[in-house]
Amino acid sequence: MTRNTLRLMLVASSVLASASLAYADDVTLTIESWRNDDTQIWQSQIIPAFEKANPGIKVTFAAAAPTEYNAALNAKLAAGSAGDLITCRPFDAALELFKKGYLTPVDDIKGMNNFSDVAKAAWQTDDGKTTFCVPMASVIHGFIYNKDAFEKVGIKDVPKTQDEFMADLKKLKDDGTYVPLAMGTKDQWEAATMGWENIGPDYWKGEEGRKALIAGKAKLTDPGFVEPFKVLAGWAPYMGDGFQAQAYPDSQNLFTLGRAAIYPAGSWEISVFNKQAQFKMGAFPPPLPKAGDTCYISDQPDHALGMNAKTKHPEAAKKFLEWVASKDFAELYGNALPGFFPLTNEKVELKDPLAKEFLSWRESCKPTMRVTYQILSRGTPNLENEAWGAAANVINGTETPEQAAKKLQDGLDSWYHPGK
Amino acid sequence: MAVARRQTRWHIAVFLAPALIVYTAIMILPLFGTLQLSLFRNIDQKQVFVGLDNFRALLTDPHWSTAFWNAFRNNVWFFCIHMLVQNPIGILLAALLSSPKLRFRAFYRTAIFVPTILSFVIVGFVWKLILSPLWGITPMLLKEIGLRGLFHPWLGMGDTALTTVALVSVWQFVGIPMMLIYAALLSIPDEVLEAAECDGITGMAQFWKIKLPLILPSIGIISILTFVGNFNAFDLIYVSQGALGGPNFSTDILGTFLYRTFFGFQLQLGDPNMGSAIASMMFFIILVGVCFYLFAIQTRLRRYQF
Repeated sequence: MTRNTLRLMLVASSVLASASLAYADDVTLTIESWRNDDTQIWQSQIIPAFEKANPGIKVTFAAAAPTEYNAALNAKLAAGSAGDLITCRPFDAALELFKKGYLTPVDDIKGMNNFSDVAKAAWQTDDGKTTFCVPMASVIHGFIYNKDAFEKVGIKDVPKTQDEFMADLKKLKDDGTYVPLAMGTKDQWEAATMGWENIGPDYWKGEEGRKALIAGKAKLTDPGFVEPFKVLAGWAPYMGDGFQAQAYPDSQNLFTLGRAAIYPAGSWEISVFNKQAQFKMGAFPPPLPKAGDTCYISDQPDHALGMNAKTKHPEAAKKFLEWVASKDFAELYGNALPGFFPLTNEKVELKDPLAKEFLSWRESCKPTMRVTYQILSRGTPNLENEAWGAAANVINGTETPEQAAKKLQDGLDSWYHPGK
Repeated sequence: MAVARRQTRWHIAVFLAPALIVYTAIMILPLFGTLQLSLFRNIDQKQVFVGLDNFRALLTDPHWSTAFWNAFRNNVWFFCIHMLVQNPIGILLAALLSSPKLRFRAFYRTAIFVPTILSFVIVGFVWKLILSPLWGITPMLLKEIGLRGLFHPWLGMGDTALTTVALVSVWQFVGIPMMLIYAALLSIPDEVLEAAECDGITGMAQFWKIKLPLILPSIGIISILTFVGNFNAFDLIYVSQGALGGPNFSTDILGTFLYRTFFGFQLQLGDPNMGSAIASMMFFIILVGVCFYLFAIQTRLRRYQF
């Protein structure tokens, strides 16, 4: 008996050994990413699809926490221990990696012509000649709301203008069942990203205002940039009790537990909310300052995939990038991760109703991206980080909108001199 | 003649070597590496020697100095809270523990010391939850006794955040001064105390006049440990308030400022040179503090031999 077991084990181990020998011929690609929330989807849907089509290449998805990713990646790249494929943050963080020679140009990857110049802009050199990451997805800002809550307090249509929005908030507050707005200022970035940069484009007229700011023709103290701060300040009474100590996960939970009515959102929340919320959700774009104004949405290029210049398997990595640039990937990715919208020009069909709603705004509104991301956050002080503080301070009431805007502009003036 | 010459005592070098090599490799070399890095600056992807210019920028250029002095002030306040709250409470607890009438001594000692061995991550997270306006037990308990009005989102308000975090840190580390003082109190010989009793010095007077002078050297050691620990602090603030030391930098201390500068944060790219300059400043601040203690205080402390 024992002898048999032993023999079996011997056979088993030799079989296993030969199996691992067979695997040794395979190439393993490692993807560096900060999307640790998506690890499961990568492992169960995206990677198998690629591996099936490309036998001989194995892919590992190695994700770090979003806040630690940049630091960890930089350290790994410097030490030469980073993965073969690198998920690229938009604009300067990735550009810096390219300048240091950590990323290879991807212009010759098949399928790069599926992307518009706007889609590629976030991962190009300033002159637009070299692209170094294959665009994967963008995120769109807007508001997600609890349909049951709206029904209960008798709001029939989603608010279209700022006045309607404030009236609805008041209705919700008077009713008292729900916290009208699920947002906190503890983590600061919520206030800036989901607040100021969400509603702002309607006031600074999207790309027009953003480009004028980069060209030095507009200032952050102009009404177009101060006005959204004023609107934000008006939100404070409708945010939950103790919102000053409410962190981002608190806001998410407050909404998905059905205790809040409106969530100033980025579309990346969709997949998480779909899983957690037990009620029907809808979405509406940032309310317009006045009825009849043009609507603008923040359609922010969010992540792309680049190739580590020091990868040991450039051919396999290229194959993966080509696949990422294909329509197959766009459709798979867009549906596996509702809320991350493919940047490709090809027509992509999404199934998730909430994601569809967000995507439909691309047709009716003019897209732009976050104003702080391109070029303006290159120096010290860094406009994006400063904007976090400014937006949080305005809501907390420790700074007036004018003071906050002035501080931002002064910071920018100290190092940014366009046209010189 | 040749026999009389003493052999070279190799074993001394051999026995010293492991500690010396390890300490040099992981402490001294990186320290000098940091000091060296702080004298350079990255200009067009090249490291250029700039002398003390990074330090000049840090101390005088408004964009750096505002943040630096803010972090420094916060750090000083963080230290003050520890000195004024943690150490007196530690001494008090030690005095109570060493009281011969106390029962369940081992239990109290362990219970108070346990937070010290918890991870910062746990402590930060647990207190964030306890104090959370949404799910926290504090607002609920206060509501039960009708004092909900007293509750404020302390961690989210600029005026109270730093003090709150400092008190959380005090809660975590109060076990260390308690243990050290407790040990010092136990080492006081009974004869001394009996002699005091014969002279009619008992109770509180005995503590102030006999025990306290005898444990002063321990208090000195605790102070300097607190000083070094506080000026190197980072973890708790990072866990509970984030790398930005929010709200509005009111809990930003040198450690978080260093982290943001060195490694970068969100869109801000890391700047190892400025980061090293900050790390060097932290080193100098601690050096000055420790030297002050060693030369100005420790030499004046009277020691008693039993």
